[in-house]
Amino acid sequence: MLRISGLSKIFGGLRAVDNASLQVDAGRIVALIGPNGAGKTTLFAAIAGFLPVDGGSVELLGENITGLPAHQIARRGMVRTFQITQPFAKLTVHENIAVGAYQRFAQREAAWEHARAIARQVGMERMLEQPSADLTVAGRKRLELARALATSPRLLLLDEVMAGLNPSEILEIIAIIRAIRDSGVTVLLIEHVMHAVMSLSDHIYVLSYGKIIAEGDPQQVVSNPAVIEAYLGRGAAGQAREAGAQHA
Amino acid sequence: MNSQLQPVPWKLHLAVLAAALAFPFVFPSNFAVNFGVLALFYAFIGQSWNMAGGFAGQLSFGHVAFFGAGAYASTILQLRFGMSPWAGLPAAALAGALVGGVIAVLSFRAGLRGSYFALITLAFAEVLRIIANSTDLTGGGLGMLIPMKAGAANFQFAERSGFYYLILLLTLLSVALAEWLRRSRFGARLAAIRENEESAMALGINVFAEKVRVMLLSGALCGVGGCFFAQYFLYIDPTIVFGVDKSVEMLLVSIIGGAGTVYGPLIGAVLLALASEGTRAITQVQGLSLVLYGALLVLIIAYLPNGLIDLFKRRPQPRKETR
Amino acid sequence: MDPTILAAAAINGLLLGGMYTLVASGLTLIYGVLHIINFAHGSMLMLAMFGVFYLLTKFGIDPYLSMLVMVPAMYGLGYAIYKGVIGRLSSGRDENILLITLGLSILIENIALMLFKGDSRTISVSYSDTMIELGPTLVPLPKLISFAVAMLLCAALALFIQRTDTGRAIRAVAKERVGARLVGIDVDRIFAISYGIGLATLGAAACLLMPIFYVSPTIGHVFVLVAFTVVVLGGMGSFLGAVVGGMIVGLTESFGGLFLGESLGQIGISLIFILILLLRPSGLFGARR
Repeated sequence: MLRISGLSKIFGGLRAVDNASLQVDAGRIVALIGPNGAGKTTLFAAIAGFLPVDGGSVELLGENITGLPAHQIARRGMVRTFQITQPFAKLTVHENIAVGAYQRFAQREAAWEHARAIARQVGMERMLEQPSADLTVAGRKRLELARALATSPRLLLLDEVMAGLNPSEILEIIAIIRAIRDSGVTVLLIEHVMHAVMSLSDHIYVLSYGKIIAEGDPQQVVSNPAVIEAYLGRGAAGQAREAGAQHA
Repeated sequence: MNSQLQPVPWKLHLAVLAAALAFPFVFPSNFAVNFGVLALFYAFIGQSWNMAGGFAGQLSFGHVAFFGAGAYASTILQLRFGMSPWAGLPAAALAGALVGGVIAVLSFRAGLRGSYFALITLAFAEVLRIIANSTDLTGGGLGMLIPMKAGAANFQFAERSGFYYLILLLTLLSVALAEWLRRSRFGARLAAIRENEESAMALGINVFAEKVRVMLLSGALCGVGGCFFAQYFLYIDPTIVFGVDKSVEMLLVSIIGGAGTVYGPLIGAVLLALASEGTRAITQVQGLSLVLYGALLVLIIAYLPNGLIDLFKRRPQPRKETR
Repeated sequence: MDPTILAAAAINGLLLGGMYTLVASGLTLIYGVLHIINFAHGSMLMLAMFGVFYLLTKFGIDPYLSMLVMVPAMYGLGYAIYKGVIGRLSSGRDENILLITLGLSILIENIALMLFKGDSRTISVSYSDTMIELGPTLVPLPKLISFAVAMLLCAALALFIQRTDTGRAIRAVAKERVGARLVGIDVDRIFAISYGIGLATLGAAACLLMPIFYVSPTIGHVFVLVAFTVVVLGGMGSFLGAVVGGMIVGLTESFGGLFLGESLGQIGISLIFILILLLRPSGLFGARR
């Protein structure tokens, strides 16, 4: 579905994304994790056409989309959400989602019906008439998801869609995301909530200082010493092993 | 898209329409009909501004560029090329759209938004004013005088009410367009662009193309307003049709009434016409109506930023998120 | 073209440019610190110029001397307007503030129209017609004085911003608003001061312009576009930019008038404005956006 090869994004002297390669197969849920500032959102922005790419290529459904404008990439089926939610403030929830629905449905009735169905899918059915500016953080995150989903995407790029949610909200979102995948949408998500990542992902990539330092299925990645060190610092892998040995 | 406004009951629509149609019969004096023409005229050009500035959120300080383009296009065709004055209407629409398109493509390609866009439109209008002031085709600073030849065929109605019904028709057209905008995919996309361009892009909206489109539409409408103005007053010059005053009036009418709504410009227009005719009845001193209007603008932005139409807003049920 | 005519146009352009620099420096300060585009700049200048006019005609105060009155008066007015209107009423959205300053300018312009009617007014003082020889051309003495004083004031303003504590605070707020607040600077007061200084420069400019120009309620429009062009050309928030920009705009106007005639000559300024915004919006010396 998605193949990113050797992607680089440079800001002045800083290599925010450094020769990163990853692949997302159709129908999977793939996670992109890494410590803060690793470059994950930058990678999303670059592949989705919001930032110019400084090296490498992006292929979606077999077609090279590197450098295409953001709206065209969205139209081809890869739609992203934003880490800092950006609702259409003066519009209601229903109107917000409808904007996404209009991607596929030209007529107002059809788009609004589809938006309603999407709202049902993410559990926002009772909030449709609310001004989106009045939503809580959880509501806004859900709206971001709903809006993107309404465009009938092939691949969803979810950027920290669980940040700021309480445990029960997280459980709900996990179920929703799984249902989305089951309905045929591929998902690539950036997430910090580890248990969600572990439970949802088929495959994980780890980004640190712009570089992919590890990949694999959840169990492999979590016990990978390089990954532990990226999060906890140098020598942490060794300490963890020692602590494990002491407990044995 | 402002679904929080009370839907206007069709009976009210009918009543207002009937009143508008009957107006010149009930108040046949020149003063009254002129007032009606002015109010509708402001509503019409205000609505044209509203499409780009209100619905799409592209604040323009130089809309008069399209107005003047329309006014001069129709007048030049009439006086210099002997065309029928009625042909001036489509010509004006075309001229307005052309100028709108050029300004839009240049400005949006360069990524100008918000205040910078507002200022550059001002500069474009100024450029056109200076050109109109300096060429023979437009009569330079002396302007152009349309010879009085009363008769509907000449787009000059012997009875002022002729103009009234024409501008009423145009205004109804603009309201219909605005209503269409509110309910269409195009309008939804413009609203998205107005609220957040990045998110709009992420949802597949070609922000540049839509912005250009709305400027074409807005420019065309505004140009038609210019043509009407020329035929009504029979005299145009660079200061009148390319000067800042008209830009400001179009903007004021929409913002004070309610930018981005269908009926906002109408409310604003009636108010402006009342202010300007009303103050003229009281005093000879020039400028009082705009003093009131300027103060009103400041107060509206401060306390009622969505415009006077907010006074008609349905109180949203105090429904908190139940989770 | 005769080189003396060119030289004369150049000199006139530079002298005019000095004035524009002064007007623009207030605007660029306001933008640099408050990040607002003060659309009321032109009409405030017009107001100040009427002030100078009446100080001369009613009280016989020489325009250059009336700076002692106008500058503090305009400073006070600016401070008050910020505290009373702008600071309080603009909820922060960029376009809202622009609209509020637009509203202010409409108010002021039309109040002036009501009070003073539409006619232009000029003043003349005893030395209005004294000509000084400057190279190939004769220059009216007031123009020369105005230029010199404008340059001095710009230098003084620059020094103030660089050397004084208040100036340092202003620079801090301009650079990093939140950080400035964190180190204890009263940001709102700095805003008010900056807006005050911005209008004070207009008070000075008014005194310098009246002897060589005219005033009418609508000249605000003219000056607004000129001031914006200078600021955008030089770079928002840059003093050096205001100086260089002012000179370029002055020269453009002068040569424009020379080559294209009275009417078409004015187009140069608007064209510069458009080109800069389209091609290099940060201006010559402004920070890259």
